[in-house]
Amino acid sequence: MSYMKTLMAGCTVLALSAGGALAQDTKVIGVSIPAATHGWAGGMNFHAQQTVERLEEVYPGLDFVLATASDPGKQVNDIEDMVATRNIDALVVLPFESDPLTPPVQAVAESGAWVTVVDRGLSVEGIEDLYVAGDNPGFGRVSGEYMVSQMPEGGKIVVLRGIPTTIDNERVAGFEAAIEGSGIEIIDMEHGNWNRDDSFNVMQDFLSKHEQIDAVWASDDDMAVGVLAAIDAAGRDDVDFVLGGAGMKEMIKRVMDGDEMIPADVTYPPSMIATAIELTAVGLTSNAPVSGTFTIGSVLITSENAEQFYYPDSPF
Amino acid sequence: MMTTETAATKPRKALPSMSVLGPVIALLVLILVGTALNSNFLSAANITNVLARSAFIGIIAVGMTFVITAGGLDLSVGSMAAFIAGLMILVMNAALPVLGVGIPIILLGMVVALVAGIAAGLLNGFLITTLGIEAFIVTLGSMGIYRSLVTWLADGGTLSLDFGLRTFYRPVYFGGLFGISWPIIIFALTVIVGEVLMSRARFGRHCAAIGSNENVAHYSNVNVNRTRLLTYAMLGMLVGVATIMYVPRLGSASASTGVLWELEAIAAVIIGGTILKGGFGRVWGTVIGVLILSMIDNILNLTDLVSPYLNGAIQGVIIILAVILQREAKAKG
Repeated sequence: MSYMKTLMAGCTVLALSAGGALAQDTKVIGVSIPAATHGWAGGMNFHAQQTVERLEEVYPGLDFVLATASDPGKQVNDIEDMVATRNIDALVVLPFESDPLTPPVQAVAESGAWVTVVDRGLSVEGIEDLYVAGDNPGFGRVSGEYMVSQMPEGGKIVVLRGIPTTIDNERVAGFEAAIEGSGIEIIDMEHGNWNRDDSFNVMQDFLSKHEQIDAVWASDDDMAVGVLAAIDAAGRDDVDFVLGGAGMKEMIKRVMDGDEMIPADVTYPPSMIATAIELTAVGLTSNAPVSGTFTIGSVLITSENAEQFYYPDSPF
Repeated sequence: MMTTETAATKPRKALPSMSVLGPVIALLVLILVGTALNSNFLSAANITNVLARSAFIGIIAVGMTFVITAGGLDLSVGSMAAFIAGLMILVMNAALPVLGVGIPIILLGMVVALVAGIAAGLLNGFLITTLGIEAFIVTLGSMGIYRSLVTWLADGGTLSLDFGLRTFYRPVYFGGLFGISWPIIIFALTVIVGEVLMSRARFGRHCAAIGSNENVAHYSNVNVNRTRLLTYAMLGMLVGVATIMYVPRLGSASASTGVLWELEAIAAVIIGGTILKGGFGRVWGTVIGVLILSMIDNILNLTDLVSPYLNGAIQGVIIILAVILQREAKAKG
């Protein structure tokens, strides 16, 4: 679909530029994001498309090119294509991986275009004009603090980690720092790769291995789904609750409904891509300064505030 | 290629050759290591877990054994499983207002899965046999197609089965007969039928003949194209069977469903002693291969010996070792 959209957008621009000097004022914003390969990325794709559609109506002088990439190499190609064929004025990029994307994004910045980086930072500082960042250490910290508040006497927990990346390391470090000295003991930790099936298997094995597990930090809502199914199948009632993360709508719903196994969730909103695109559009079309770093904090969702975070239309 | 066949069949009367013993020894060593490291390893619950989760890859790998024996390859099975799971969920959710929660809707879902699987397999097979395109290319293409289709169906997110329906359907994965869960029973049946087809039926001999030498098989009056087509259709059907049991487990499908299943299935087939170039296949060996793969994961989760970062490396080493065991035997024999 994104190809179609890019193609169609491309044709429109060609037609416009063929139309003559009229097109001179149209500015082009390129948006390059990873493809929807898991739940969170799916939500991010959804919000990116929605924002682009909406902003195209709000700002007649702006044109958008949206490209989704299934791997870092493809993303580099996308960005090079955007510069070569669309002459973009601004680039909004959520890098697949920091290192491979740094040189091409740097080249875009050097060509004079505005660069907005989302979520994952680049390896070299100072390339981007605007950095819309998720707060990974904060995500871990908020999760850890919640665990401490729920288990004042301490207890034994198991942790499911994501795909081995800097993001995952920062979250776990933040979590470990928050529970330090609280009496909460992490008795086991494995990678569930932000995947339902993997986390189901890992949790089954944790349940075979440990006789008493008081709580689970699944650290992601997709993994929480697998964890819950495994606990359910084993018929164990020692696990008091499971804490996921990210803000998947099904999980928010359960928090809203007062589900005892899912008493809370911690946000890491995929809609941060929308913040980035909006701010970039504002920067291109007005005098409002938008450069700098915009950190999107991770918020604790409980049954009291869950309603504000519930988007039934989003795929995530 | 003929030498491998004679080597594999001849020593049956004497001591079994290492090519037969290799994977079995590897599996036994793993079981011993697992038992030594954790007393829960041999508990009924853990064994059920390991066998039930092996069933998906296992059932697919049985079909893959025939495809590979006949000199083919199918890279699309993981994506195909994800696509069929997505399709099944969509159809069942759509039929819910009409049929209501009950056995008919589950049967409808199962029929959809089987028909979709057979159709997908036939399509792969048609492109490979009738149009004569390389199996690697055809299935690499369909792998991408199915993966994209499921992402598109799910709008980039996750397709979830209606909650009430899921609760009703759940026993297909978690329930069973006489304490043995359904996935294990279906897996066992698939293996028995597969083993008979491979070693006692004409179909299995034809597969091996085609994989050995297509031209000779053709001159020996074997219908090469039809046999090949059948192997792909059968694999597709088995992917459907695996999906029927995958869906009730978590009740959802997304773009991350079935990722890398194709490689795990192919690895299991090769560990089990089937020859990647075709010409010789062993269904029971495939089962051992599947068990070795899922047992490694299980043992790594049950122990703290190795950093989780190294799980992939351990898996790689054991896969290669299991195959080396057979190779050495072949060189000697």
